[in-house]
Amino acid sequence: MRFLRPKNALEGIGKPMPGVSETPQESFIDCDKCKRGLTLEELVSELHVCPYCRNHFYINARQRLHMMLDANSFVEFDKELSSRNILGFPGYDEKLQAARLQSAEEDSVVCGEGTIENNSTAVFAMESAFMMGSLGSVAGEKITRAFERASDKSIPVVGFAASGGARMQEGMISLMQMAKTSGAVKRHSDLGNLFVCVLTNPTTGGVTASFAMEADIILAEPHALIGFAGPRVIEQTLRKKLPAGFQRAEFQLEQGFVDSIVDRKRQKHYLSQVLAMHQKGQQ
Amino acid sequence: MKAYERVKAARAKDRFTALDLIEDSFDDFLEMHGDRRFADDKAVVAGIAYLRGLPVTVIGIEKGHNLKERTYRNFGSAHPEGYRKALRQMKLAEKFGRPIVCFVDTSGAYCGIGAEERGQGQAIAENLMEMMTLKVPILSVIIGEGGSGGALALGVADEVWMLENSIYSVISPEGCASILWKDNTRAEEASECLKLTPEDLLELKIIERIIPEGEGLAAELQSLLHGAVEHYGALPVHELVQRRYDRYRKIGG
Ligand SMILES: [Zn+2]
Repeated sequence: MRFLRPKNALEGIGKPMPGVSETPQESFIDCDKCKRGLTLEELVSELHVCPYCRNHFYINARQRLHMMLDANSFVEFDKELSSRNILGFPGYDEKLQAARLQSAEEDSVVCGEGTIENNSTAVFAMESAFMMGSLGSVAGEKITRAFERASDKSIPVVGFAASGGARMQEGMISLMQMAKTSGAVKRHSDLGNLFVCVLTNPTTGGVTASFAMEADIILAEPHALIGFAGPRVIEQTLRKKLPAGFQRAEFQLEQGFVDSIVDRKRQKHYLSQVLAMHQKGQQ
Repeated sequence: MKAYERVKAARAKDRFTALDLIEDSFDDFLEMHGDRRFADDKAVVAGIAYLRGLPVTVIGIEKGHNLKERTYRNFGSAHPEGYRKALRQMKLAEKFGRPIVCFVDTSGAYCGIGAEERGQGQAIAENLMEMMTLKVPILSVIIGEGGSGGALALGVADEVWMLENSIYSVISPEGCASILWKDNTRAEEASECLKLTPEDLLELKIIERIIPEGEGLAAELQSLLHGAVEHYGALPVHELVQRRYDRYRKIGG
């Protein structure tokens, strides 16, 4: 399937891009699962979910926040934070450059605040198109700040995880971001604040082994891959094929690690209900 | 010494293990088994012991010495129940006001079907979060291999030390080489890139201390651990917890 190149703003998403057919009847993409053709109109109105087989397509971090937050409510924080090649790791500068061009982001997470059906919340959304959503020092710092800010204001945090794990090119500094973010989640929690995390495809490695699995309420998109070790690594280690559906959202629900699987179309309202039920001062 | 020499030394088959150090640096170790949820993970040893007369909780990842022991210990790769067993002992330590000492020696958390089914990621995550605010001093010593998240799950501490011939890395050099160059035989080059030696990590302020190895190791370790436990134990609890938070908060800021 083809992806729209993300714009660096929440506005304007869903409008045809230059060079893309504006005739709505014409098939815009084919679903990679059921192979049926979708028009651009269908794609947008269905929030990038196949209307025939419920396959949830990749969307970028800004599209996601645009879908989940009330119009014009998003205020972005720490947008300017940008990764450096701290360890002088070979090829990292080039990788960062390519990732910036490909994703139009400075790093693998977009953070800020907004409202979901009029409920104020801090938000973060990870961008898997930026070096597989890997957790490095900038993403760790941005997520930590998001929790610290939310704790100060006593507002919830709603996160959308999408990551291949810690960022190898930052070595141990990236591993330490797991501890750093976990500390911020714990403080937020100890102050009686809510954290809801939506696990999207894929959520693996160090992100699963830190904040993604530390939320009070853990939701998942249908069929999202969620695990610690990646399936290919497990297959190589065990030298056998994994069963179908292994580490998918439905498997994690069955194993007891996810509270609920929520279709993208239901997510905004679902999140608003959860936020409303945790409104402070109503007990 | 070149980074890869350290990798080899840290993995050496004749190297002492966590139980050896516990035996030599502590007295009257009473091992406690099980996570009360699923099983007793043999890759993690945990219990209570005296450190110069002071009761402490000691937790170690144990690799074993020979093939039989190593197989029994799953080569020092813990399942989720190993991390949950450790957390259970840490919670008891907190309840009874005992300091905690962790000895880390693992190539990584076990990568397999059962580990995933029982929530390897969730188990590690819970340890990171809970260790951050434990009201007793925690010290973590990397005694051999410090393999990624599986090591960090026992590595959230007031101070983290490394033995001279140990490594601590976000990914194994082999794994790194296979991602970078699609060639896992280039682990030697990858070892240099990853900055995994004690000297590198001291410079990056990821660890506080490098402990030289040799004849006097056990005595030195005992003395240093005792000093640190006394030091951190004297701090008011809120200050202890705040300092631990700040220790990680600064990294990559
Ligand atoms: Zn479809």
